[in-house]
Formats: sequence, structure tokens, C-alpha cells
Amino acid sequence: MDIRAQVSMVFHLDKCIGCHTCSVACKNIWTDRKGTEYMWWNNVETKPGTGYPTLWEDQEKYHGGWERKSGSLNLRLHGRLGGLANIFFNPFLPTVDDYYEPWTYQYDELFNAPEGDDQPTARPISMITGKHMDIEAGPNWDDDLGGSPVYAANDPNLGELTEEERSQLNELERMVFFYLPRICNHCLNPGCVAACPAGAIYKRGEDGIVLISQEKCRAWRMCISGCPYKKVYYNWSTGKSEKCILCYPRLESGHAPACFHSCVGRIRYLGLLLYDADRIHETTLAPDDQLVEAHRAIIQDPFDPQVIAAAKANGISDAMINAAQHSPVYKFVKKWKLALPLHPEFRTLPMLFYVPPMLPVLAKLREGHYEISGVGDQGLAPMLSSLERARMPLRYMAHLFSGGNEEIVAAVYRKLIAVRIAKRAQHVSEATPDEVQQAMTVGNTNPEEIEAIFQLTSKPTFEERFVIPPLAREMAVEATLDPFTHKPETGFGFRRAPKRGG
Amino acid sequence: MLNIVLFIVFPYVSVILAVVVGSYRYFFDRFTYSSQSSQFLENRKLFYGSVPWHYGVILVLTAHVLALLFPAEWGILIGVPIRLYILEVTGYILAAIAILGMTMLIVRRLTAIRARVVTSRMDWVLLAVLLAQVVLGLWVALFYRWGADWYLHTAVPWILSLVTLNPQIQYVTVLPVVVQLHLLGGFLVIALFPFTRLVHLMTFPITYLWRPYQVVVWNRRARKP
Repeated sequence: MDIRAQVSMVFHLDKCIGCHTCSVACKNIWTDRKGTEYMWWNNVETKPGTGYPTLWEDQEKYHGGWERKSGSLNLRLHGRLGGLANIFFNPFLPTVDDYYEPWTYQYDELFNAPEGDDQPTARPISMITGKHMDIEAGPNWDDDLGGSPVYAANDPNLGELTEEERSQLNELERMVFFYLPRICNHCLNPGCVAACPAGAIYKRGEDGIVLISQEKCRAWRMCISGCPYKKVYYNWSTGKSEKCILCYPRLESGHAPACFHSCVGRIRYLGLLLYDADRIHETTLAPDDQLVEAHRAIIQDPFDPQVIAAAKANGISDAMINAAQHSPVYKFVKKWKLALPLHPEFRTLPMLFYVPPMLPVLAKLREGHYEISGVGDQGLAPMLSSLERARMPLRYMAHLFSGGNEEIVAAVYRKLIAVRIAKRAQHVSEATPDEVQQAMTVGNTNPEEIEAIFQLTSKPTFEERFVIPPLAREMAVEATLDPFTHKPETGFGFRRAPKRGG
Repeated sequence: MLNIVLFIVFPYVSVILAVVVGSYRYFFDRFTYSSQSSQFLENRKLFYGSVPWHYGVILVLTAHVLALLFPAEWGILIGVPIRLYILEVTGYILAAIAILGMTMLIVRRLTAIRARVVTSRMDWVLLAVLLAQVVLGLWVALFYRWGADWYLHTAVPWILSLVTLNPQIQYVTVLPVVVQLHLLGGFLVIALFPFTRLVHLMTFPITYLWRPYQVVVWNRRARKP
């Protein structure tokens, strides 16, 4: 047993209102520099949709992540020799057009244009070339299903839906979407680390944050393809790759990452998980439909004396173990089994988990009224989610969150529905005690668990959402540096300007 | 006197520059070590430029280095005419491929505006020098037959004499001007090396062949894994 600690995340999609505050908070801190204008280390996508960069989930196109071939795990992108052979040209690299060409406007024209017959305009100019450009796409071009015949219709996750189910999604009355905020998953088996020829990307042992050494990066640009989530970005100006750093300078000083801190819907939870690093390999080899179970199994119980002993033997401090015991992520992922990894079939073991959104039920227009058909006949109160009548087929969710295993997603929903029915029964008395009991049985839960889920979902305090482990970086650096010298030097880490090399 | 400057002073200066400035840059400004790939900005033309250029020039350069390191074995290798012909013709083809690739790369940087904005002055110098050097090389190979052979008796002893700090320039001073330009061009590239993106060549990630896929960095590790 090789117990390690991982700073992990849960995003509760039911609470996401798609306001993009997280993205803007991140951008203002980290990616407002030249060469990073197009990067959104945190982005919020509308699902169904093609996402950012376009069609990032389509690994036939980008060859990201891992694949299981005859019992062994291979990078989809390349073998070792192939990686070096393709180093002069990466055939699967997304280019700036797969994201969007960043632009600004010539605002000074509004003030400086000579007097004339026409109103002066602020024309868009490219932030790459500085020349006039026609805007063809931008961040969240398909927000809220904008242009859905072009974008949402091409969502790779819709592939397994029947023609009828797909056409339903285009009917105005039946349209459905939800938001999917994404940051780097800080995976246990990251594809970017494995794909980097220079070995510049590494996982921090103490907290599992995945970082790119800007000194070692040589712009071989394999990480961008290797990451199946397309969460490594290429800074075209400095010639270095960059990615979400989970705001480690903030974490180290006890603050939540900027996107977590600023989240308006309070959908984000952050906490420590303990996992068994010896089992990473076997976990990544599980069949697609068993990946979620395997992923849960690698996460260890922080109250188990054996686990605690192994953690201590690995140098994990008591304070860190304590943080793991109070981790909201542990509750959502392991205890309640409500949060699922995004696309586990990429086999990178992502450590950002999602509570899938409640599915709105189908309504039909009849005599000028929307009617929810079939309400009541399953013992479910009206206006509540019903799996059987969900607008968004379960198969779609399973494709996103459970490697195609619908049973796992269904179990999550049954529990969420039970929580909702039980809480509504307390406050608006819609459901009878029998109905509540039935929902709890179906949802495999009990009143205590329901209350705990309700508290952490609807009324958590700041400290309950973010149990920031004491990373004690100042103690970790003591061995090599004076902590007081180190302290003002932390951050993104340049003591000189990141000047592009000749 | 000019010959001494060109064939003794210049090679030493260029190598010293490459080592000293290259090392300085590596140890004190490592952030600037990068291949500065612009594939992200322009994809299509790069394929037709970068791949032929790199493969062509690497193979040709490897032949140069092998002959320099193992002159005796190289001599035996080309001792039979048919082997010499095959080797030379292969060389012509590879050089032509490299020239086409480099031309494409230059055209790309001129025409693709996105790639042009990330092209520095030194990039232009480097592109021009590299193209000239490969064109000169092909010129020499085509019009001063069999270079694979006389290389062993001219440039090789000259370079070895430079390495052993006993410069003998008589091996090269009598050569035609075009050949001399090609020799000097080689050292010009070495001199340009630390000042350009050419430094990416020294950090070719050969260790990728054997390094473990996952890299975990510990600040302080209590227990060795």
C-alpha cells in the first residue's frame, strides 16, 4: 500500500448557473498575458455541445488519453519511438482555429477617427497578428445551445442515441441543456505527463497537483494532444505549454483556488483524498463499464487505521489526514457515491468529480398548456425528476460520466431523487411517508444520509465546501531554502520576465 | 593570413561561442530553451516543410559525423564503387528533400501571417544560413564528385587537426571556393547555435525512450518508493 494524498474536486452540476464567473476569475489572475489570450484554464461548456476546443471529446480526432490494448495500457497518441518520430510534426495537434483566434477591438478609432459621414466603428483586430480580422468563433460560441444545429448536434456523446432521441433534443419544447465547468482534472494517471517527451510535466507528490516546468518545456507540444480533456494549452508567444495550476500559490496559503472561491452557484467543493498509488495501474486496466467502481476503490477510507498508518509511513502529516477525514469530496465520491469522474474511459483517473444534474422531465403541449405526462403513476411527485421521463436520455449521461454504464448513473439519480422527495415531503408535504420510504429504498439511502447530502448540497458553509489541506509548503522547502526567502518568490515563479528565446 | 582567420580562428571562436554562450543560456536562462514550435498557429504548410527538412538534414548530417568519427571504416564502406554511388545518390536525394523542406518553411514564414508574427530577426538569419548551407552542400556534391571520398582526405583531417589543437589548414586552403564556403558555413551554423532557437537540438528528448511514463516530484520524501 502506497498511500498518497490528492487535492480533489467535486462540481455539483445541479447548482451551476453557467455564469462564467469562475472562468473570468481564472483569466484575470493567470491567462491575461500575451500568448495566453485564447486559453481558458477554467471554462464552462453547454452540454450538449462540442465544447472547447471544438470536439475535444473526440479522441479519433485528437488521440488523447489512454487505451487498453490486449491487457496493457497504451497512450493513444504515440508509443515512445513514435513520439520521437512525430516530434517535427504532431499530426494530432489542435491549432488555434480549434479554439478561436483571440481578438480585441480598435476602441481608439471611436475617439480618433476623422470627421466623416459615417459613424466610427471599433473593428475587431486579432491579438495574434494585430491585423483586422473577421470573428468566426469565440469562447462559448455555443453557449446556451447557441447555433445548436452546428454545435450541439455534433456532440460526440450523442453518438449512441437513437435517431428519435436525437431529434427530440431539437424540438423547442423538449430542448434541454446543462453546464459543464471544466478545469484540469489533476489525474492520477495523466496523459499529458506521459506524452511529454522532455519529461517537463510532473505530479507533485505531496498534493497531486500536476504542473509543467516552464524551464524544462521545449515546445514538443505532445502534452496538448496527450491530455484527452485538452486542458494543456500552448503559449504561442513564449513557446511553452501551460495549464491549470489549481492556484497552488493560493492553496499553499490556505485560500481556495480562484474559480472555487468566486463560484456564484457554490457548486464547487475541494478536499483531500487518500489513494493507493500501488493500484493505479490495475485500476486503469478495468473494463469501460467497471472503471467508475475501480476508481472509487482506489480511493481509501481516511478513517481506516491501516490506511492512516500507511499514510503516516509515507510522510503524510496528521493535519493532512485530518483534512482528508473532513473532505467533502470523500463524502460525495466515496461515501454517498454521488460524484462521478468525467469520461473515465480516457483512463487517466481524473480527480475532479461531477454530481450529474437532475434531468428535467418531458412536457407536452396540449391545449396551450404544458403537461407532464405520466406524473403520479410512479409514486413520484409532479415536477420532480423522473428517470423514466427524462428529456436527456440516461445513455448520454452514462457516456459522459460512467464509461457507458447506465446503472451507475441511474443509481446516482435515484439517490438524488430520493433526497429531493424526502426534503420536499418535510417542507411542502407533497409526498406521503410511504412514497418517501419507497424513494429511499429505490435510492438506496436513509434519512440520516439524506439530511447530510442536503446539508452539504444546499447549505454548506465556506469551510465545509473548501477543506483546504495544510500543504505546509513552507516546511517542505525548509530542507533546501530559507522559508522567508521562499515565500515572496512563490507564484507562477519567474524572477525574470518570461522572454521568448531567440 | 586570411586563411588563418577563416580556417583556424573562426572555427575555434564559433565552437567556443557555442559552448560558452550555450551553457550560459542553459544554466542561467533555461526558460529560453525551446523549439519555439509554431505548429499551433499554422499546421498544414509546416508538415510539408518541417518533416522533409528535419529528416533530410538529420540523415545527411549523420553521414558527415560518422565519416568524421570513423574515417577508416567510412573509407572501407565507400571502397566499392557501387556502394559509393548508392551512398552519394542517397545523399543527393536527402539534400534535395531538405532543400525543398527548408524552402517550404521559408515560404510559410513569409506567407502565413500568424507564423510571421512569431518569427524573430535571428529566425530569418538562421533560415537563410541553413538554406544556403544545404544548397552549397548539394552543389559541392553534384559538381565536385565524389565528396564522400575526398571529404576523408580534406575536411576530416582538417577538423581532426583542429580538435587536437594542431591546426593544419593546408588540407582545405587549396579547395575550390564553393567547398570552402560550405566548410565555413558549417562553423557559422555552430556559431549561430547559442543565439537562435537551434538550441532545441541539444535538448532532443532521447530519454523519452526509457523514462517512466509518470513523473512524480517530491519535495521531501520520507519513504523511498
